[in-house]
Amino acid sequence: MKPERLPDLLSRTSLLRLLAVMLLVISPHLLRLPAWESALVLSIAAWRGAAAIRQWPMPHALLKIALTMAIFAGVYASYGRVWGQNAGVALLVVMLALKLTELRERRDVMVTVFLLYFLLVTHFLYSQAPWTVLYLLLSTVAITAVLIDVHHAGHARPLPMTLRLSAQMLLQSLPLMLLMFVLFPRLPGPLWTLPDDAGGARSGLSDTMTPGDIGRLALSEEIAFRVRFNGAVPAPSDRYWRGPLLTEYDGLTWHADRRHAHAPTPDIKLQGPRYDYEITLEPTRAHWLFALDMPSLPSLPEGTRLGSDYQWLANEPVRELRRYRFQAQLQYQLQLDLPLALRRLQLAYPVDGNPRAQALARAWRAQSRSDEELVQRALRHFHDEPYSYTLQPGAQRADARSRIDEFLFESRRGYCEHYAGAFTYLMRVAGIPARVVTGYLGGEPNPFGDWYVVGQSDAHAWSEVWLAGQGWVRVDPTSAVAPERIDRSVTTARARRTNSRSAALGTLDWPALRYRVEATWDWVDAQWNGLVLGYGTERQRELLGRIGLGDWQSMLLALTGSVTLLLTVIGIVLMRRAAPAAIDPAVRLWQRGIAPLARYGLSQRSDEGARDFIERAQQQRPELADALTTLLRAYVDLRYEAEPGPDALARLRKASRWSPPRRRPR
Amino acid sequence: MRRRWAIWRIRPRIDAWVLRRVRPEAEAVISRRRVYIVPTRFGFGFAVMTIVMLLGATNYSNSMAFLLGFLIAALGLVCMHHTHANLLNVRVRAGRTAAVHAGDTLRFEIVLDNPTQKTRYDLQLSRHRRPVVAVHDVTAGVPIRASLAVAATRRGWQRNTMFRISTEFPLGLFYAWTLIELDQVALVYPRAADAASSPPSAGNNAGELTRNSDGHDEFDGLRAYRPGDSPRRLHWKSLGKRQPPSVRVFSDTASPERWLDWDALPGLDTEQRLSQLTRWVLDAEAAQQRYGLRLPSQRIDLDRGEVHQQRCLSALALYGTNPTR
Repeated sequence: MKPERLPDLLSRTSLLRLLAVMLLVISPHLLRLPAWESALVLSIAAWRGAAAIRQWPMPHALLKIALTMAIFAGVYASYGRVWGQNAGVALLVVMLALKLTELRERRDVMVTVFLLYFLLVTHFLYSQAPWTVLYLLLSTVAITAVLIDVHHAGHARPLPMTLRLSAQMLLQSLPLMLLMFVLFPRLPGPLWTLPDDAGGARSGLSDTMTPGDIGRLALSEEIAFRVRFNGAVPAPSDRYWRGPLLTEYDGLTWHADRRHAHAPTPDIKLQGPRYDYEITLEPTRAHWLFALDMPSLPSLPEGTRLGSDYQWLANEPVRELRRYRFQAQLQYQLQLDLPLALRRLQLAYPVDGNPRAQALARAWRAQSRSDEELVQRALRHFHDEPYSYTLQPGAQRADARSRIDEFLFESRRGYCEHYAGAFTYLMRVAGIPARVVTGYLGGEPNPFGDWYVVGQSDAHAWSEVWLAGQGWVRVDPTSAVAPERIDRSVTTARARRTNSRSAALGTLDWPALRYRVEATWDWVDAQWNGLVLGYGTERQRELLGRIGLGDWQSMLLALTGSVTLLLTVIGIVLMRRAAPAAIDPAVRLWQRGIAPLARYGLSQRSDEGARDFIERAQQQRPELADALTTLLRAYVDLRYEAEPGPDALARLRKASRWSPPRRRPR
Repeated sequence: MRRRWAIWRIRPRIDAWVLRRVRPEAEAVISRRRVYIVPTRFGFGFAVMTIVMLLGATNYSNSMAFLLGFLIAALGLVCMHHTHANLLNVRVRAGRTAAVHAGDTLRFEIVLDNPTQKTRYDLQLSRHRRPVVAVHDVTAGVPIRASLAVAATRRGWQRNTMFRISTEFPLGLFYAWTLIELDQVALVYPRAADAASSPPSAGNNAGELTRNSDGHDEFDGLRAYRPGDSPRRLHWKSLGKRQPPSVRVFSDTASPERWLDWDALPGLDTEQRLSQLTRWVLDAEAAQQRYGLRLPSQRIDLDRGEVHQQRCLSALALYGTNPTR
């Protein structure tokens, strides 16, 4: 016999609270979603709130199906697909909103809570900045409060009660969470193929370079990576962080060479002092890593390799924060023997177009006795002629076949990428193997820590030319045009400091203040990155290995042990709180008062009142009658008298301290 | 029941184990040793969600996702202790239960008492393997009186059977429960026979009205109203004079008297006789008559009033049984 289940309706207050929590959880997504979807989600939420207050009926099933299909179509129109990270999140948000339209009963809330948690976690695919922890805690308290609320039938529970209990439970969970975070054995990800749009949208270098790309990065305020040197720090002008190498040129864009990606690592001879450093890389979603020119081979970190052009590469794309310890030496001889195939590749250029540049390069060739001299001649050209180094080179004409001519002979204004590209082209025309290197130059020291911050604005491009007997040599044509670009460690920071000195007489020094705030935040960010975001498989093994928990078995053992211990403590605390209240002092004194009677074999039975017991005791032991009467009177006064009087407790205390006559009981 | 198919059907197994150990007791204090706890269906869903979240975190190597996943896992574990503690040290004792006639519904009163300082939320009361009948919050020091209905089948003493107190508070991830059997009995009077079926037979000494000779009631004075007094005897004039209502009292000689005799019902079996006698007791009391009861084993003298009625009904209920429970 199964009784028919009555609909267990959600109270209006609970529903409105659930709506508020939903808005809290989806709010960071609303800024990322297409405008139509954000508007739709907000209006569904508003409608649901109004429907709860006005008691409107829920929409018809057909309408909901139509709405769902329209939304799928809309997401497809906006993203070009319905899978992947961004489209997936967009669908999840909409599904949550649609769930609202059929949300009436308490058990529907369970599905909604799962959706809320998943939506919460998707936020961290876009940002894992320190402040997101606050968002995480706040949202979890809110969702937990909703759970406490909806698990109660009938009227909603008072908001302070649900919030207090939820916050209390969360506080009890935090130490457990930390234990699990540290000790839970981390598997190296990914377990399955990530969508190609995984991770937040980031600016950064790519494996192609079209004039203007790096110039755009110069305005970015994002951080590329942080570096901590163990020991000596190279001069700012030596801090070339070598990134993607670009060898193929189509007249407009420089591309990385994919065909020789798996050629063997070339031979190298390194000299000079070793610089030991630790680099904490922000996600790039690409394989390349940024190595101080040039990486030292024997100390290659795990999971990385050196490519055919001695480029430092990770085996897996860098999707999360990575930390590597590496070594570099600044003097090197790379690839003294250049294989013919590579030589040919790095001499190739589009034969069509740029006739004046080609003529110039051939003239240099004719005038130079050696390749070194030709390189010097080219650098002198950039230095002597009226070239200018600027972020705003002005628009270029469209014809791809005269780009370099136009730059070299007409505009003469450009950023590092223009100079590196044109120089490499000229070298190739003149018969010297050359390639473009992109990466970063410099880095700004953080005043609170001992690390350097390399921002996207430090992005740079230079060239490498191959000279017989020297191998690949780094040539930075920008240095010939604007040496200050190379020398400055951080123009911005230095400018700020100079400003602050000159403004010392003023009242408030906004630029200096801003600089301090930014530096402080960078410090927080760096600590966060190092301690939390960079904590992965390798770091865990390294850190826990120091205390003898290097393998996953001992990690699991330690995790189980410590979690059980902590849970037991929490359990005991909760049981203590649920323990019966301290005994009424009157009862305690009464029990003390009758305790001596146990010697005579007298004890109060559970069904026996105080008066009955004393009567029984007096009958058996008449010699105790007086003391017992006093005790009984004091006790009865205190417990059963409406107003026992101020001294009642004291009287009972005194009466309870009677002592039986010193006679051995039989 | 909604959660019958919990994944490994752990709950029925625990119940079967517990059932063999439950003993009747005068007062039950829910101690740590008798609280059982299993995840609910929602709790299993929650666990699966946490695992999926941690897999996702591994896949994306996302530290914040790890933090959230571990936080949720920890929350689940902490919730288990909260659910468990919500039931601890609640005192359960028998309350008063009004007697009913066989065929009616008996409502056993259960008193839930909270001698601790912490409010207990959402304590659910149910019969074993039956849906929840009542949900109560029990604040510290304020006993809650709940009732458990059961059909009164036969006359005599009826024991309260085992029941369960459970809770899913606070998050509904876990279900904690205990099984209790209180040493609680209630009296079930015999079913009253239909009024028309068997009127008191005249001519016989039993069941007949005996009146005094002139057939008139003699007015004897007024006394305070007691529950059960007939409205016909209310002294209407005194009503509304800011004093308790009064009823007119007639001298004993004026009251009709009636003996309800077992032997006056030949040809009926025991239960039918008891049924008929019960009907007569009710009718006589309703008619404000003085009546007495003659059973083969017992005789109750002429009287009337609530206590007298209860005495007669109890005698009928326990006829032929061991009267000491």
